[in-house]
Amino acid sequence: MKVLTLNFLTCAVKACKSSTSSFPLHPKECELVSDSIVPNPALLTNILPRVDWSALITISTELGFPTLPPTAPTIEELQSDEKMMAELHTLLLETQISEGSLVCGNCGHEYKIKEGIANFLLPNHLV
Amino acid sequence: MSRPEDTLPPDLHYNDTEARKYTTSSRIQNIQASMTHRALELLSLPSPSLILDIGCGSGLSGEILSSIPPSDGGPHIWVGMDISASMLDIALQRDVEGDLMLADIGQGVPFRAGSFDAAVSISAIQWLCNAESTEVSSSGRLTRFFNGLYVSLKRGGRAVCQFYPKNDQQRTMISGAAIKAGFGAGILEDDPGTKNAKLYLVLTVGGAAVDGATGDITGVVKGMDDVDVLDARRKHREKGRREVKKGSKAWILGKKEQMERKGKVVKNSSKYTGRKRKITF
Ligand SMILES: C[S@@+](CC[C@H](N)C(=O)[O-])C[C@H]1O[C@@H](n2cnc3c(N)ncnc32)[C@H](O)[C@@H]1O
Repeated sequence: MKVLTLNFLTCAVKACKSSTSSFPLHPKECELVSDSIVPNPALLTNILPRVDWSALITISTELGFPTLPPTAPTIEELQSDEKMMAELHTLLLETQISEGSLVCGNCGHEYKIKEGIANFLLPNHLV
Repeated sequence: MSRPEDTLPPDLHYNDTEARKYTTSSRIQNIQASMTHRALELLSLPSPSLILDIGCGSGLSGEILSSIPPSDGGPHIWVGMDISASMLDIALQRDVEGDLMLADIGQGVPFRAGSFDAAVSISAIQWLCNAESTEVSSSGRLTRFFNGLYVSLKRGGRAVCQFYPKNDQQRTMISGAAIKAGFGAGILEDDPGTKNAKLYLVLTVGGAAVDGATGDITGVVKGMDDVDVLDARRKHREKGRREVKKGSKAWILGKKEQMERKGKVVKNSSKYTGRKRKITF
């Protein structure tokens, strides 16, 4: 699972819909792999305004990466800065969680990830 | 021919054997590819986008999304949800580019508000008409799915769902649930009346949903033949507005639903919602 996807996922448990601490999910004991993907600057520019930057800071710190700048670059900054474009491409698209779990900060539910596939199936009473 | 939907739940129908048979059939590959291209045409995405593939299976639909050249606005990236571990396993073996999740769309769509540019679903959502157990109704599952989908799409986003309803009742049940979730909706039929007939539910978020006009959905399917624009939403809204008294429980629930759709954090409703609280000292 890409770090980008983790930046959009929330806890699926019904009772967590009303809680702000159900996002982002927290990576736990995660193994990472790097998948080489063709750079797609148009995609990154499209996505950037929708990335929750503070959640991205949390996620990348928890995954053990160097700290990100405190605020997101603007589209113009991103487009004029090749290095930043490449770094964001690596972090958001190429860095993937292959094994581990994602934990909800509100209810503590753990979503297991195996071979990159997160299991979001819930018992009916939690839906 | 009997429909697999009527026989078994999807995760049992698509077991290892069936998943392999399904994915290696060149007839199925071709049909799924052409329907995905049709769905993309209806989405008309101008630039590389983040797409949700609902019931992505072994990735026959998703791999088309990754293969669109820059000259046609691609390549897109996608996240696929599917309830069958066997289908996802084949997707892994085929090394598809999208992210895969084992998930039941009848339980909702667990993404924050405004995540996706668009969503596609090819030959999957009719499965929601069959309730898996007596514990949950199919209408409840459809509601959770469409409400979740509505939230997870960005404003101005679109979804196209090709589906195989068993009959008119299922067709109405599905489109009705979409409209109730707030979507502008239309159904497009290709090759009507033939055995190759294909139905596409075209859904739009925003614009029309705000002012009650059906402007944008008719815009999407304008000039196309065999389009059935559904405007039940408008009637539904007006009716709702007239009957509900401001400050009543129904009014509060309606407001909360509206806020939730916008992705706001809303307190869970209970039997106490909207009740007068006793003053305590
Ligand atoms: C006919 S296949 C289509 C797969 C893929 N979209 C394609 O075009 O090849 C239908 C898929 O819908 C999935 N499905 C059915 N019900 C589902 C549910 N409730 N949640 C998630 N996926 C579901 C099935 O597991 C199956 O993989």
